[in-house]
Amino acid sequence: MSQNAWNFLFIGLSFAAYIFIAIRSRAGSTKEYYTAGGGVSPITNGMATAADWMSAATFISMAGSLSISGYDGSRFLMGWTGGFVLLTVLMVPFLRKFGKATVPDFVGDRYYSQTARLVAVVCAIFICLTYIMGQMRGVGIVFAQLFGIEIWLGVIIGAAIVFFYAGLGGMKGITYTQVAQYTVMAFAYTLPAIFIAMTLTGNIIPQLGFIGDYQGADGPVPFLEKLNNINTDLGFAKYTDGSLSTIDMFCITAALMCGTAGLPHVIVRFFTVKDVKAVRKSAYWTLSFIAVIYLTAPTVGSFARVNLIENLHDTSYAEAPQWMKDFESTGQLAWIDKNDDGKIQYFGKGKSESKKDDDVFIGKVPAFKGLGDSAERGSHGQRLVENEIVTNNPNELWFGADMMVMASPYMGNTPKWVIGLLMAGCIAAALSTAAGLLLVLSTAVSHDLMKKIIKPELSDKEEIKWARIASFGALVVGCFFAINPPSSFVAKTVAFAFGLAASSFFPTLLMGIFFKRINKHGGISGMICGISFTFLYITYFQFGLPGLGKGTEDQYLFGISPEGIGTIGMLLNFAVAFAVSHFTPPTPKDIRDLVDNIHDPRAALGQADTGPSHH
Amino acid sequence: MSKHPTDEEKRDYWSKSIKLLIVLLLIWFFVSFGCGILFRPWLDDNFPKIGSAPFGFWIAQQGSIISFILILIAYAKIMGRLDKKLEA
Repeated sequence: MSQNAWNFLFIGLSFAAYIFIAIRSRAGSTKEYYTAGGGVSPITNGMATAADWMSAATFISMAGSLSISGYDGSRFLMGWTGGFVLLTVLMVPFLRKFGKATVPDFVGDRYYSQTARLVAVVCAIFICLTYIMGQMRGVGIVFAQLFGIEIWLGVIIGAAIVFFYAGLGGMKGITYTQVAQYTVMAFAYTLPAIFIAMTLTGNIIPQLGFIGDYQGADGPVPFLEKLNNINTDLGFAKYTDGSLSTIDMFCITAALMCGTAGLPHVIVRFFTVKDVKAVRKSAYWTLSFIAVIYLTAPTVGSFARVNLIENLHDTSYAEAPQWMKDFESTGQLAWIDKNDDGKIQYFGKGKSESKKDDDVFIGKVPAFKGLGDSAERGSHGQRLVENEIVTNNPNELWFGADMMVMASPYMGNTPKWVIGLLMAGCIAAALSTAAGLLLVLSTAVSHDLMKKIIKPELSDKEEIKWARIASFGALVVGCFFAINPPSSFVAKTVAFAFGLAASSFFPTLLMGIFFKRINKHGGISGMICGISFTFLYITYFQFGLPGLGKGTEDQYLFGISPEGIGTIGMLLNFAVAFAVSHFTPPTPKDIRDLVDNIHDPRAALGQADTGPSHH
Repeated sequence: MSKHPTDEEKRDYWSKSIKLLIVLLLIWFFVSFGCGILFRPWLDDNFPKIGSAPFGFWIAQQGSIISFILILIAYAKIMGRLDKKLEA
């Protein structure tokens, strides 16, 4: 069977399963639509949340960025799992107790103000949009790989599928489909890792191979030592050391963690189980399911790096493996023969004259000359680029971090069906997250914005109409940025969504739950200061601001990169909120009672805990 | 479920859950930001390796995630016990 046949077989089978489940568990009522009727078992919910949580960015990009940045990549590993601890102990039990189905609802009521509600809605829409961008890019990459087309076309095809898919069933349909998607993802991610671990380290468990020995031609050597040596020989930082400053590493990790705890689409997931006991149980199940993939990612990344370098470095292009040429034709890899010797050389910053540069060309991605069969090729058969070549360093190989997971089975010579499964897994990851996000985003627009703020007399039918318009609009914007990515790879784009969530929702919700003294003036001004500071900082360094131009790295505040600035935005939010609340009238009595009420367990009130009722 | 606890019992429940929360968050912070980031270079040099992986590096890429799961399991178990006491 050919590779394509395997790919289509696995993707076809998994799609058939999703559609079957989606039709079988269609939402029958509005409560089922928004919170799946509140009767999902903790393990089921854990699996679904894990699928929702692990986006295409995680699935495709994370191992790649670990592979490129070594220890520095730990920020994603710790950030995206540690946030669940904050979410579970600080947020979910209390928000659930409050009893409304959306996060802006809580902010609007707790800070007794329509302005607060509006700011929260805008933040929610903005965060979800940033996040969807990353998903669409991920979908685009998978389809590009699958059909051998350019990424932009892949993005459009993916968007069409997601749009029809997300429209099928509300939270109930999504939840049960996500269980199936998680299963596909877990197998798709771990199986290739097992195969590669066996060839590279002779150990069937990738996590043990990772800390075990590399089985090379000259006998076994400790795997990570081997990788460190490869890295330093080629002029990269040691794999286990990384090159980010401690403060930047600290801030980025904190922003990712607090962002996780403030993401509206994750919080809503915990409203689908029966009671607060089930919430706690569901939380550790969720994290355990996530860990299956997160504990494997560092092994995939490090194995892929060794394989990539062994396969390509100092190999002539003519003899390079076929997969390299395949990735070149989809635009995810480029080779520029700077010294005209016909061989691929891959070097790090340490090999350049200034010790600071390992860029192959100017620009974030290569702009190839000509498409498909009419691609212009150099003397060795490589695709040519229009970008200006950087000549102050000897590095000749460029590849997107997104390529690593997709390429690793080819590098490790795994069976063809494993690659087919991996494709199905990538699509499952993108679909499950995009569907969950679109649901939250469309509720934010139709319910929180249209019904609660602009037009309270909105009928149910019109509310649904607005939800559809919102999902469509979100996909269009998402696609535009997926085709013109503001950042070089998926995980980085998504990291910004977390910075924004960390500087707006996390502190505002936390103060709303634990500090009665924070009044509406404090809450609103804190949220506005936090998110505008973070937004402006990121925009200034990523795109440039009108009148100010684009910032450079040496202008970073305390050396903190835009990815980590959410942490400072968060501190600013806290500081402003406490200061403003101190000088303005105290919180009214009914709001203080509301907060006390959130603190009481349901049992203390003699109430059954049935989760949020539908608004 | 039908019994209404006294105000004192409620206050006791709240202060105990806050204490638990603080202890768990301290552990959370120590493992991730402490061992995984701040003391990582020192731990890499001075602590025994986990297999062939330097200690701090291993905590950052594997150990921290395992600890987070344990923290959440402990939280669920202890809170469950507190709930039962309040209901009984």
